[in-house]
Amino acid sequence: MAIDAKPRIKLPKTAAKGELLEVKTLITHPMESGQRKDDKGQPIPRQIINGFVATFNGRQVFKADLYPSLSANPYITFLVKMEESGKFEFAWTDDDGTVYRDVKEITVG
Amino acid sequence: AAAGTVFLPPPAHATVEAATKFMASLIGNRTPVAGRVKLTMPEIAENGNTVPVAVTVDSPMTDADHVKAIHIMADGNPAPEVASFHLSPANGRAEVTTRMRMSTTQNVWAVAEMKDGSVFIDKTEVKVTIGGCGG
Amino acid sequence: GSLSQAIAEGAITQDGLLRFDPVGTVTLLHVTDIHAQLVPIFFREPSVNLGIGEAAGVAPHVTGDAFLKKFGIRQGSAEAYAFSSVGYAGLAAEYGRVGGLDRMATLVKAIRAERPGKTLLLEGGDSLQGSYGALKTRGGDMAAALKALGVEGCTFHWEFTYGTERVKELIEELGCPFVAGNVLDTEWDEQAFKPYEMYERGGVKIAVVGQAFPYTPVANPRYMNPTLSFGIREDLVRKHVEAARAEGAGLVVLLSHNGFDVDRKLASRVAGIDVVLSGHTHDAVPAVVPVGRTLIVASGSHGKFLSRLDLDVRGGEVKDYRFQLIPVFSDAIAPDPDMAGVVEGLRAPFKSEISRVVGRTDGLLYRRGNFNGTWDDLICRALIEERDAEISLSPGFRWGATLLPGQDITMDDIYNQTAITYPAAYRMQMSGAQIKDILEDVADNLFNPDPYYQQGGDMVRVGGLGYAIDVSKPMGQRIGALTLLRTGQAIDASASYAVAGWASVNEGTEGPPVYDLVRRFIERRQVVNIPENETVKVSGF
Ligand SMILES: [Mn+2]
Ligand SMILES: [Mn+2]
Repeated sequence: MAIDAKPRIKLPKTAAKGELLEVKTLITHPMESGQRKDDKGQPIPRQIINGFVATFNGRQVFKADLYPSLSANPYITFLVKMEESGKFEFAWTDDDGTVYRDVKEITVG
Repeated sequence: AAAGTVFLPPPAHATVEAATKFMASLIGNRTPVAGRVKLTMPEIAENGNTVPVAVTVDSPMTDADHVKAIHIMADGNPAPEVASFHLSPANGRAEVTTRMRMSTTQNVWAVAEMKDGSVFIDKTEVKVTIGGCGG
Repeated sequence: GSLSQAIAEGAITQDGLLRFDPVGTVTLLHVTDIHAQLVPIFFREPSVNLGIGEAAGVAPHVTGDAFLKKFGIRQGSAEAYAFSSVGYAGLAAEYGRVGGLDRMATLVKAIRAERPGKTLLLEGGDSLQGSYGALKTRGGDMAAALKALGVEGCTFHWEFTYGTERVKELIEELGCPFVAGNVLDTEWDEQAFKPYEMYERGGVKIAVVGQAFPYTPVANPRYMNPTLSFGIREDLVRKHVEAARAEGAGLVVLLSHNGFDVDRKLASRVAGIDVVLSGHTHDAVPAVVPVGRTLIVASGSHGKFLSRLDLDVRGGEVKDYRFQLIPVFSDAIAPDPDMAGVVEGLRAPFKSEISRVVGRTDGLLYRRGNFNGTWDDLICRALIEERDAEISLSPGFRWGATLLPGQDITMDDIYNQTAITYPAAYRMQMSGAQIKDILEDVADNLFNPDPYYQQGGDMVRVGGLGYAIDVSKPMGQRIGALTLLRTGQAIDASASYAVAGWASVNEGTEGPPVYDLVRRFIERRQVVNIPENETVKVSGF
């Protein structure tokens, strides 16, 4: 089922060299657990975001495997030690194979 | 006080055994010990659909000594798996947060795998209550 | 202290109540949990307030004669009347009403005049809810009154039951800093309000860190504040205290609505807090309770007390202090004319409704205590009768004024017990097992040995139902001997019972408002006389 998933990232535009930057990520997604039943008593098939990867200038800085116990609208935060300016790329993988992406540039000075 | 709550039949719960089995699938026969990893969660969940989880691991996060992974599991949900986070020295400090579902009062486990193969664990009980009283 | 000395010397006078041997250059004034009581009332302190684990038998978990003994208070004295339930109705007739914001204003003004530039008046939450006027103005009347009193900092609990948007308006209307370091937004986990405020009094930089009621979305309807997340958040308290120290605070005050036992545990675990001004559990403790280097102040409720804490702060350290929990004896204190005018103006629009007499009580009507009070029993009976139920459940709120034998019951009095924004009196079928689960769940919120799991209310009140409780047992094993009083039969776990109740935290709960139903019940009888509850058997303390 197509899901209107919207990735959102909270990140400053600039950081100091050596700064520990908090990266806040959120994607709107129901995370259908596969445990629920519909009005007719039929099981609702599982459909979750099962993976998340963050890269910076092409190198992986963080990765997550996610399961149905994770809340709807998966929210994940982590830290990155900033050494240079560049580009964050974020990718969330849906059970149906769709990959949702977002990009954030940051200047380190 | 409580009262007027909608009562749902309790879902099938995972068990300590299931959580232990899931942990073994990740760390093999290594034995996790207490220390270095700290799991912070609310004492009482205010919304079982979205309970904040914060994990920090005491680590210099250098090439030689860093956290490779933090695994979250729970022993009272329909399945024990919650999330695995893969870290590297690029993180600077091992600190992650997320939000999880809890169908009932249970223990949440945070397991940290270090570069040298050692494994640390922290557990915390989160209460899911009917609620509704006050001073 | 000076108060008992003053009382020993004769009649209670305004000067006697204000007598204080000052120390240092900072005077903290604390009021909390006024629950919208603008005018003098009666308020009986609890006769049952059980402490569990480390809290057993220590303040505030000591009541009655043991309390008088512990604090060296003579039976029958004005202090016995103010701080305990011993001989309550008789002493009330002798010493009169307590509270009233016009009397409170007199005390505050006098202390400010005595200590210019040195005082800081802080309000700890739950003052904007609990009366007809507060319900109708959604806290607006109390915001205006507290602004007139000159409150200089505050935090909230029940105020959140007016909804998040209204909370923001009320903060504006109060016109003073609002602090709540433990409240985050549910989207990005960021501070929803200012965590602390810096003041300077008597040459000391004072940081006031706020702690709103941690279990607001559990104890009250979560849907009223869907974008806010609460919790004790010990790590955040620590962070804010450290930040305040780094900013140069020489004195760090936690303005807390945690409840006393939670504050006692927090103070033992978070370094750097000099004073906790504790609210929520409505405890009136006549002395400061020291925990390590932290002083805990518990200032009672309903405008019945004003706490004065003088501090000698030098080099970022409290060198000396002096404390008085001042009972606001309404008959002994001249009303402040300005505040009297404000209060009169705020009550004027509701005069005809709130002064309407609906009946009379022949017995003492009170609520506060761990288990059913007579006011609760009255409400429980009304629920059963008006909703044609076998069993009723009524929340263990700690607020609600007392009525003496022979007093009229007015609409004002009924709303003082029931004025909430989710008043629907529901009726539903529950199995015996579900009823037991509810009692077990609420009992654990009150008697869990770890204070961080306590929500600071009293036990859910029951009508038509008897039970036994062993407070020392773990969750699931405290409640037994459940009996349907109508038949005298044991409650059957699998049988279904008609249960009426109110204050459900679930959205969409339906039923007539509880205050209408209580009014009808009293109107039909004209005279009520509710005996002490004997159907709850308590053990394990
Ligand atoms: Mn209160
Ligand atoms: Mn409260």
